[in-house]
Amino acid sequence: MNFVSAHGRLTYARWLALLAGGAVVALAIVMLAPLVGPGADGHGVAVMSPRALWSGGIDQTIVWDVRLPRVLAAALVGAALAGAGCAFQAVLRNPLADPYTLGVSSGASLAAVIAIRLGVVGIAGSAGVGGAAVIGALLAIALIWQIARVGSSLPPATVILAGIAVSMTCAAVSMLVFATSDFAEMTRILRWMMGGFEWTRMTTVARALPTVAIGAAALLWHGRDLNALTAGDEAAASVGVAVGRTQTIVFVAASLLVGTSVAIAGPVGFVGLIVPHALRALFGPDHRVLLPLSLFGGAVLLVVCDTITRVNIWLPVGVVTALTGGPFFLALLVVGKRRGALWRSE
Amino acid sequence: MLALTDVRFGYAAREVVRGVSLTVERGELVALVGPNGAGKTTLARIAAGLIAPSAGTARVGALDPTRTPRRTLARTLAYVPQRYELAFPFTALEVVLMGRYARQRGPGLDGADDEAAARAALERCDLAELAGRRFDALSGGERRRVVLAQALCQGADALLLDEPTAALDPAHALAIAQALGAERARGAAVLIVTHDLDLAARFADRVVALADGAVVASGPPATVLADPRVHAAFAVTLHLGALPDGSRYVVAR
Repeated sequence: MNFVSAHGRLTYARWLALLAGGAVVALAIVMLAPLVGPGADGHGVAVMSPRALWSGGIDQTIVWDVRLPRVLAAALVGAALAGAGCAFQAVLRNPLADPYTLGVSSGASLAAVIAIRLGVVGIAGSAGVGGAAVIGALLAIALIWQIARVGSSLPPATVILAGIAVSMTCAAVSMLVFATSDFAEMTRILRWMMGGFEWTRMTTVARALPTVAIGAAALLWHGRDLNALTAGDEAAASVGVAVGRTQTIVFVAASLLVGTSVAIAGPVGFVGLIVPHALRALFGPDHRVLLPLSLFGGAVLLVVCDTITRVNIWLPVGVVTALTGGPFFLALLVVGKRRGALWRSE
Repeated sequence: MLALTDVRFGYAAREVVRGVSLTVERGELVALVGPNGAGKTTLARIAAGLIAPSAGTARVGALDPTRTPRRTLARTLAYVPQRYELAFPFTALEVVLMGRYARQRGPGLDGADDEAAARAALERCDLAELAGRRFDALSGGERRRVVLAQALCQGADALLLDEPTAALDPAHALAIAQALGAERARGAAVLIVTHDLDLAARFADRVVALADGAVVASGPPATVLADPRVHAAFAVTLHLGALPDGSRYVVAR
């Protein structure tokens, strides 16, 4: 049972209400997060008054120039990862699919590391690394798609095994590239591999925004197609979906999102897996609702996690997402197991 | 409406379909029967444009199903595969609404007319009460009927169903047969792949018997089901009987 579909078709009124709700929550979090930071001497939490936004002085500079770019980058990356995860789960018909488990993040990372090693670009986060990461993501998903397909079916175990294989290989090659780098490159690669938003500036956000917007828009446009595809290629084709074209568009769009995220923040796990799951359990599997809500939900989750990271500067953001996401996901599993909410019962 | 002409499919070593010709006109219900592995499902998938024949032609009306955009084809042909599995817990109504895809454009939501069509289709498959239930919580027979309702809701003039009554209890199998009869009466061309010989004997206008990828016999149910070549193909003897009202039944011995 969920809030959306039990009563009949999804009406525009309900759709708008859900999306507006998601947008308001996401916007509120993004606006409030820059006001939160570490306390004096780096201990505790200090929350600024909203007046800091316009009062001038050092607080205004901190909020607008230091914290806001970072919050916006976290929101963008969170939205991108959750949206891509949601799309992967639909097209691969696999509840365990996400950029991380599929090895798409690792593929993007490897491409980015190679780009840094080859000196294609100067510093991390620049357009070259982003472009390389997108190509890496695309190659990884194309490889998994080829390996995992058996005829017209996609056995769930094969998909995940292919993902693990791609992921481990990419990680190993990344380490190889790292090990053969000179000292300067090593520092750059290591700093980038650790992930996070410490060095994010507004220009990074501005550069990533168009790719994320295009990727997200392409996915949102195909909500109805994604619904049909969860019944399989042939069933989707039977009701009229141009299956091959839709899959290609979705993979390219998701790769844009993952590549851009990885280029900004390094590999961040869990967001793409848990956000669509949690929202599906609450609002149902209709991608016309689930996809936009996943974008908002991913943004909220990663901004909250990054804010915790900012307050406790010694914590990497990946650890925080895993620590908040892990137990939350386990709780969902326990509840879902009782109600059969997450997986097919057969 | 549906026409297969000298269709072949398979690889050099093993040809699954070996030169089959088959037509279904508007207002006609044809049953494709045959033992397991006879090539029935392959033939249905060729007719639905999901696989291309290695030789011969398939036509749905004037359309070549493998070369027609799926959306265009789906407005003319509704295909119900043997297996239908959803990865995520949509409700019965949502699954049926997916059948409206070809009648919709762009990324919007389903309209009131779509919901009306879906609910009417659910009604005809005796599922009105289950509209809000999750598909994965339904019984096997209920799922079959939901998928059939999805096909009916497509509003296509040709219906192609792979084992529509498998896993259904007698009452619901009968209801499905009557729903398909109504589609025929409306002027649709209906082709069913089935092992339900009673259904074929009673409701089909023609029966096409397939064995080893080739047509063994084709014609009125009483003639085909009494044909010794068909009995040889099934490796049983089929006895046809009729009730006082004329409805036929089949007993295999």
